[in-house]
Amino acid sequence: MNGPGKRFVRDGGLDPTDRRIVLATQAGLPLARRPYHALAAGLGLGADEVMARLAAMLARGIVRRIAAVPNHYAIGYRANGMTVWDVADEAVGALGPRVGALAFVSHCYRRPRVPGRWPYNLFAMVHGATRLEVAEHVATIAALLGNACRAHDVLYSTRILKKTGLRLAGGTGQPPPGTAAGDTARVRARRNP
Amino acid sequence: MDAIDRMIVDALQGGIDVVERPFAPLARLLGMTEDDLVERVGRLLDAGVLTRFGPMYDAEALGGLFTLAALSVPEADFERVAGLVNAHPEVAHNYAREHEYNMWFVIAAEKPGDVARVIAEIERETGCEVLDLPRLEEYGLQLRLEAR
Repeated sequence: MNGPGKRFVRDGGLDPTDRRIVLATQAGLPLARRPYHALAAGLGLGADEVMARLAAMLARGIVRRIAAVPNHYAIGYRANGMTVWDVADEAVGALGPRVGALAFVSHCYRRPRVPGRWPYNLFAMVHGATRLEVAEHVATIAALLGNACRAHDVLYSTRILKKTGLRLAGGTGQPPPGTAAGDTARVRARRNP
Repeated sequence: MDAIDRMIVDALQGGIDVVERPFAPLARLLGMTEDDLVERVGRLLDAGVLTRFGPMYDAEALGGLFTLAALSVPEADFERVAGLVNAHPEVAHNYAREHEYNMWFVIAAEKPGDVARVIAEIERETGCEVLDLPRLEEYGLQLRLEAR
Protein backbone atom coordinates (compact mmCIF):
# COMPACT_ATOMS: atom_id res chain seq x y z
CA MET A 1 0.00 0.00 0.00
CA ASN A 2 2.82 2.30 0.75
CA GLY A 3 5.62 4.07 -1.01
CA PRO A 4 6.21 5.82 -4.26
CA GLY A 5 5.89 2.69 -6.38
CA LYS A 6 2.17 2.44 -5.66
CA ARG A 7 1.05 5.83 -6.85
CA PHE A 8 -1.56 5.83 -9.56
CA VAL A 9 0.04 6.77 -12.82
CA ARG A 10 -2.11 7.21 -15.87
CA ASP A 11 -1.31 8.35 -19.34
CA GLY A 12 -2.64 11.87 -19.59
CA GLY A 13 -2.89 11.57 -23.36
CA LEU A 14 -2.26 15.28 -23.88
CA ASP A 15 -1.32 16.22 -27.38
CA PRO A 16 0.96 19.23 -27.90
CA THR A 17 -1.95 21.64 -28.40
CA ASP A 18 -3.75 20.47 -25.24
CA ARG A 19 -0.48 20.88 -23.45
CA ARG A 20 -0.10 24.47 -24.65
CA ILE A 21 -3.61 25.21 -23.36
CA VAL A 22 -2.75 23.67 -19.97
CA LEU A 23 0.46 25.65 -19.71
CA ALA A 24 -1.25 28.89 -20.73
CA THR A 25 -4.00 28.54 -18.11
CA GLN A 26 -2.11 27.19 -15.13
CA ALA A 27 -2.15 30.58 -13.44
CA GLY A 28 -5.71 31.23 -14.55
CA LEU A 29 -8.04 32.10 -17.39
CA PRO A 30 -7.87 35.58 -18.96
CA LEU A 31 -10.48 37.79 -17.32
CA ALA A 32 -12.61 38.88 -20.22
CA ARG A 33 -16.20 38.81 -21.38
CA ARG A 34 -15.13 36.11 -23.85
CA PRO A 35 -12.31 34.41 -21.92
CA TYR A 36 -11.85 31.48 -24.29
CA HIS A 37 -11.51 33.85 -27.23
CA ALA A 38 -8.89 35.81 -25.30
CA LEU A 39 -7.07 32.58 -24.46
CA ALA A 40 -7.23 31.40 -28.07
CA ALA A 41 -5.94 34.72 -29.39
CA GLY A 42 -2.98 34.54 -27.02
CA LEU A 43 -2.17 31.07 -28.31
CA GLY A 44 -2.76 31.83 -31.98
CA LEU A 45 -5.54 29.23 -32.11
CA GLY A 46 -9.19 29.39 -33.08
CA ALA A 47 -11.64 29.95 -30.24
CA ASP A 48 -13.78 27.02 -31.38
CA GLU A 49 -10.79 24.71 -31.21
CA VAL A 50 -9.79 25.92 -27.74
CA MET A 51 -13.35 25.50 -26.46
CA ALA A 52 -13.66 22.03 -28.01
CA ARG A 53 -10.38 20.94 -26.42
CA LEU A 54 -11.33 22.32 -22.99
CA ALA A 55 -14.72 20.59 -23.24
CA ALA A 56 -12.97 17.32 -24.09
CA MET A 57 -10.56 17.71 -21.18
CA LEU A 58 -13.55 18.34 -18.88
CA ALA A 59 -15.23 15.19 -20.17
CA ARG A 60 -12.06 13.17 -19.54
CA GLY A 61 -11.62 14.53 -16.03
CA ILE A 62 -8.33 16.23 -16.85
CA VAL A 63 -10.09 19.50 -16.04
CA ARG A 64 -12.29 19.09 -12.96
CA ARG A 65 -14.10 22.35 -13.60
CA ILE A 66 -13.41 25.91 -14.72
CA ALA A 67 -14.01 27.78 -11.53
CA ALA A 68 -12.98 30.18 -8.82
CA VAL A 69 -10.91 28.98 -5.88
CA PRO A 70 -11.62 31.02 -2.77
CA ASN A 71 -9.29 31.80 0.07
CA HIS A 72 -11.18 29.98 2.84
CA TYR A 73 -10.08 32.51 5.44
CA ALA A 74 -11.29 35.44 3.36
CA ILE A 75 -14.78 34.01 2.85
CA GLY A 76 -15.43 33.44 6.53
CA TYR A 77 -14.01 29.96 7.19
CA ARG A 78 -11.42 30.95 9.74
CA ALA A 79 -11.18 27.47 11.23
CA ASN A 80 -9.79 24.94 8.80
CA GLY A 81 -9.05 21.56 10.30
CA MET A 82 -7.34 18.69 8.57
CA THR A 83 -8.95 15.82 10.46
CA VAL A 84 -7.01 12.56 10.43
CA TRP A 85 -8.34 9.16 11.47
CA ASP A 86 -6.88 5.74 12.14
CA VAL A 87 -9.60 3.55 10.65
CA ALA A 88 -9.46 -0.24 10.46
CA ASP A 89 -8.25 -1.25 6.99
CA GLU A 90 -11.21 -3.60 6.45
CA ALA A 91 -13.69 -0.76 7.17
CA VAL A 92 -12.13 2.28 5.52
CA GLY A 93 -13.34 1.42 2.01
CA ALA A 94 -16.97 1.46 3.15
CA LEU A 95 -16.73 4.36 5.60
CA GLY A 96 -14.52 6.71 3.56
CA PRO A 97 -17.21 7.56 0.98
CA ARG A 98 -19.71 8.32 3.78
CA VAL A 99 -17.27 10.79 5.34
CA GLY A 100 -16.48 12.31 1.94
CA ALA A 101 -20.19 12.89 1.29
CA LEU A 102 -20.66 15.09 4.39
CA ALA A 103 -21.42 18.68 3.36
CA PHE A 104 -18.75 20.19 5.63
CA VAL A 105 -15.99 17.93 4.25
CA SER A 106 -14.33 19.48 1.20
CA HIS A 107 -11.76 16.77 0.46
CA CYS A 108 -11.50 13.22 1.75
CA TYR A 109 -8.73 10.77 0.94
CA ARG A 110 -7.26 7.49 2.07
CA ARG A 111 -3.49 7.78 2.54
CA PRO A 112 -0.84 5.38 3.81
CA ARG A 113 0.20 4.98 7.40
CA VAL A 114 3.92 5.33 8.06
CA PRO A 115 4.98 2.91 10.80
CA GLY A 116 6.38 4.66 13.85
CA ARG A 117 5.73 8.12 12.41
CA TRP A 118 2.15 8.46 11.23
CA PRO A 119 -0.78 6.21 12.25
CA TYR A 120 -3.69 7.87 10.37
CA ASN A 121 -5.04 6.51 7.07
CA LEU A 122 -8.16 8.66 6.48
CA PHE A 123 -7.99 12.42 5.89
CA ALA A 124 -11.00 14.76 5.79
CA MET A 125 -10.70 18.53 5.41
CA VAL A 126 -13.30 20.26 7.59
CA HIS A 127 -14.10 23.97 7.39
CA GLY A 128 -16.01 26.15 9.83
CA ALA A 129 -16.37 29.71 11.02
CA THR A 130 -14.91 28.77 14.40
CA ARG A 131 -12.98 25.91 15.94
CA LEU A 132 -16.08 25.08 17.96
CA GLU A 133 -17.97 24.54 14.71
CA VAL A 134 -15.15 22.32 13.40
CA ALA A 135 -15.19 20.38 16.69
CA GLU A 136 -18.91 19.69 16.21
CA HIS A 137 -18.18 18.37 12.73
CA VAL A 138 -15.38 16.21 14.12
CA ALA A 139 -17.85 14.70 16.60
CA THR A 140 -20.19 13.89 13.71
CA ILE A 141 -17.41 12.08 11.85
CA ALA A 142 -16.34 10.23 15.01
CA ALA A 143 -19.91 9.00 15.51
CA LEU A 144 -20.08 7.86 11.89
CA LEU A 145 -16.81 5.92 12.13
CA GLY A 146 -17.69 4.38 15.52
CA ASN A 147 -15.55 1.49 16.70
CA ALA A 148 -13.76 1.22 13.35
CA CYS A 149 -11.74 4.28 14.37
CA ARG A 150 -8.95 3.76 16.89
CA ALA A 151 -7.67 7.33 17.16
CA HIS A 152 -7.96 10.71 15.51
CA ASP A 153 -6.48 14.18 15.54
CA VAL A 154 -7.30 17.63 14.12
CA LEU A 155 -4.55 19.76 12.59
CA TYR A 156 -5.75 23.36 12.36
CA SER A 157 -4.14 25.51 9.73
CA THR A 158 -2.68 28.75 11.05
CA ARG A 159 -1.31 30.27 7.87
CA ILE A 160 -1.26 29.78 4.11
CA LEU A 161 2.42 29.67 3.16
CA LYS A 162 1.80 29.09 -0.56
CA LYS A 163 -1.21 28.49 -2.77
CA THR A 164 -0.64 28.48 -6.48
CA GLY A 165 -2.34 25.36 -7.77
CA LEU A 166 -0.79 22.89 -10.14
CA ARG A 167 2.14 23.94 -12.28
CA LEU A 168 3.54 21.86 -15.09
CA ALA A 169 7.20 22.36 -15.74
CA GLY A 170 7.55 24.74 -18.65
CA GLY A 171 4.68 26.94 -17.53
CA THR A 172 5.36 30.63 -17.49
CA GLY A 173 3.51 31.13 -14.22
CA GLN A 174 1.61 34.00 -15.81
CA PRO A 175 -1.79 33.97 -17.47
CA PRO A 176 -1.72 34.58 -21.21
CA PRO A 177 -2.40 38.08 -22.41
CA GLY A 178 -6.02 38.48 -23.37
CA THR A 179 -5.92 40.10 -26.74
CA ALA A 180 -9.28 39.33 -28.29
CA ALA A 181 -10.59 42.40 -30.05
CA GLY A 182 -13.54 43.97 -28.30
CA ASP A 183 -12.94 42.22 -25.00
CA THR A 184 -11.85 43.99 -21.87
CA ALA A 185 -9.27 41.33 -21.24
CA ARG A 186 -7.33 41.61 -18.04
CA VAL A 187 -4.26 39.75 -17.00
CA ARG A 188 -3.34 38.86 -13.47
CA ALA A 189 -0.21 37.70 -11.85
CA ARG A 190 -0.33 34.45 -9.95
CA ARG A 191 -1.09 34.86 -6.30
CA ASN A 192 1.03 33.67 -3.45
CA PRO A 193 -0.80 34.84 -0.35
CA MET B 1 -16.92 41.99 0.32
CA ASP B 2 -20.59 42.83 -0.18
CA ALA B 3 -23.62 40.62 -0.80
CA ILE B 4 -23.03 40.67 -4.56
CA ASP B 5 -19.42 39.59 -4.06
CA ARG B 6 -20.57 36.68 -1.89
CA MET B 7 -22.99 35.56 -4.59
CA ILE B 8 -20.24 35.77 -7.18
CA VAL B 9 -17.85 33.73 -5.02
CA ASP B 10 -20.52 31.09 -4.40
CA ALA B 11 -21.58 30.88 -8.02
CA LEU B 12 -18.12 30.82 -9.57
CA GLN B 13 -16.92 28.03 -7.29
CA GLY B 14 -19.43 25.87 -9.14
CA GLY B 15 -17.73 26.67 -12.41
CA ILE B 16 -18.47 28.32 -15.73
CA ASP B 17 -19.36 26.64 -18.98
CA VAL B 18 -17.21 26.38 -22.06
CA VAL B 19 -19.21 28.76 -24.22
CA GLU B 20 -18.45 32.02 -25.97
CA ARG B 21 -19.81 34.21 -23.16
CA PRO B 22 -19.71 32.10 -20.00
CA PHE B 23 -20.34 35.01 -17.64
CA ALA B 24 -23.61 36.01 -19.31
CA PRO B 25 -26.00 33.86 -17.22
CA LEU B 26 -24.56 34.97 -13.86
CA ALA B 27 -24.36 38.61 -14.96
CA ARG B 28 -28.02 38.50 -15.98
CA LEU B 29 -28.96 36.90 -12.64
CA LEU B 30 -27.13 39.64 -10.76
CA GLY B 31 -28.45 42.43 -12.96
CA MET B 32 -25.05 43.63 -14.11
CA THR B 33 -23.13 43.67 -17.35
CA GLU B 34 -20.62 40.92 -18.08
CA ASP B 35 -17.84 43.51 -18.07
CA ASP B 36 -18.88 44.66 -14.59
CA LEU B 37 -18.94 41.04 -13.40
CA VAL B 38 -15.49 40.38 -14.85
CA GLU B 39 -14.28 43.57 -13.17
CA ARG B 40 -15.61 42.34 -9.82
CA VAL B 41 -13.89 38.97 -10.26
CA GLY B 42 -10.67 40.85 -10.91
CA ARG B 43 -11.11 42.82 -7.71
CA LEU B 44 -11.84 39.66 -5.72
CA LEU B 45 -8.58 38.18 -7.06
CA ASP B 46 -6.66 41.38 -6.27
CA ALA B 47 -8.10 41.41 -2.74
CA GLY B 48 -7.10 37.77 -2.21
CA VAL B 49 -10.71 36.65 -1.64
CA LEU B 50 -10.21 34.38 -4.64
CA THR B 51 -6.83 32.75 -5.03
CA ARG B 52 -7.37 31.65 -8.60
CA PHE B 53 -9.89 31.59 -11.43
CA GLY B 54 -9.60 29.15 -14.30
CA PRO B 55 -9.42 25.48 -15.25
CA MET B 56 -8.73 23.23 -12.27
CA TYR B 57 -6.48 20.47 -13.53
CA ASP B 58 -6.24 17.00 -12.05
CA ALA B 59 -2.52 16.31 -11.92
CA GLU B 60 -3.06 12.56 -11.98
CA ALA B 61 -5.36 12.75 -14.99
CA LEU B 62 -2.65 14.82 -16.71
CA GLY B 63 -0.38 11.86 -16.17
CA GLY B 64 1.29 13.51 -13.21
CA LEU B 65 1.71 12.60 -9.61
CA PHE B 66 0.62 14.16 -6.36
CA THR B 67 1.66 13.67 -2.85
CA LEU B 68 0.83 15.28 0.46
CA ALA B 69 4.03 15.88 2.38
CA ALA B 70 4.71 17.08 5.90
CA LEU B 71 7.70 18.31 7.85
CA SER B 72 8.32 18.71 11.54
CA VAL B 73 10.21 22.02 11.61
CA PRO B 74 11.75 23.67 14.67
CA GLU B 75 9.87 26.96 15.24
CA ALA B 76 13.05 29.02 15.08
CA ASP B 77 13.77 27.62 11.62
CA PHE B 78 10.22 27.78 10.29
CA GLU B 79 10.43 30.80 7.95
CA ARG B 80 13.71 29.68 6.41
CA VAL B 81 12.37 26.18 5.76
CA ALA B 82 9.09 27.58 4.35
CA GLY B 83 11.14 29.64 1.89
CA LEU B 84 13.15 26.61 0.81
CA VAL B 85 10.05 24.45 0.36
CA ASN B 86 8.05 27.14 -1.48
CA ALA B 87 10.91 27.77 -3.88
CA HIS B 88 10.14 24.45 -5.57
CA PRO B 89 7.67 25.07 -8.42
CA GLU B 90 6.25 21.58 -7.83
CA VAL B 91 5.01 22.68 -4.39
CA ALA B 92 1.43 23.75 -5.13
CA HIS B 93 0.11 24.56 -1.65
CA ASN B 94 1.77 24.86 1.69
CA TYR B 95 0.03 25.36 5.03
CA ALA B 96 1.30 25.92 8.55
CA ARG B 97 -0.60 23.66 10.95
CA GLU B 98 -0.66 23.23 14.71
CA HIS B 99 0.94 19.83 15.24
CA GLU B 100 4.31 18.21 15.70
CA TYR B 101 4.19 18.03 11.90
CA ASN B 102 3.73 21.77 11.44
CA MET B 103 4.25 22.27 7.70
CA TRP B 104 2.01 20.49 5.17
CA PHE B 105 2.37 20.87 1.44
CA VAL B 106 1.23 19.27 -1.81
CA ILE B 107 3.82 18.26 -4.36
CA ALA B 108 2.41 18.00 -7.88
CA ALA B 109 4.76 16.69 -10.54
CA GLU B 110 4.38 15.74 -14.12
CA LYS B 111 6.73 12.80 -14.49
CA PRO B 112 7.30 9.66 -12.43
CA GLY B 113 10.35 10.24 -10.32
CA ASP B 114 9.82 13.99 -9.97
CA VAL B 115 8.00 13.67 -6.65
CA ALA B 116 10.79 11.53 -5.21
CA ARG B 117 13.39 13.99 -6.55
CA VAL B 118 11.63 16.98 -4.97
CA ILE B 119 11.32 15.11 -1.66
CA ALA B 120 15.02 14.26 -1.72
CA GLU B 121 15.93 17.88 -2.53
CA ILE B 122 13.75 19.23 0.28
CA GLU B 123 15.27 16.77 2.75
CA ARG B 124 18.77 17.75 1.68
CA GLU B 125 18.06 21.50 1.73
CA THR B 126 16.15 21.61 5.01
CA GLY B 127 17.68 18.76 6.99
CA CYS B 128 14.12 17.65 7.89
CA GLU B 129 12.74 14.20 7.08
CA VAL B 130 9.68 14.39 4.78
CA LEU B 131 6.52 12.48 5.65
CA ASP B 132 5.28 11.29 2.23
CA LEU B 133 1.53 10.55 2.14
CA PRO B 134 0.31 10.02 -1.45
CA ARG B 135 -3.42 9.68 -1.89
CA LEU B 136 -4.47 6.07 -2.33
CA GLU B 137 -8.17 6.71 -2.83
CA GLU B 138 -10.43 9.75 -3.14
CA TYR B 139 -13.76 9.77 -1.34
CA GLY B 140 -15.62 12.77 -2.72
CA LEU B 141 -14.28 16.20 -3.54
CA GLN B 142 -16.65 19.12 -3.00
CA LEU B 143 -14.42 22.14 -3.62
CA ARG B 144 -17.25 24.43 -2.74
CA LEU B 145 -17.94 26.49 0.35
CA GLU B 146 -20.65 29.09 0.75
CA ALA B 147 -19.21 32.57 1.38
CA ARG B 148 -20.27 33.90 4.77
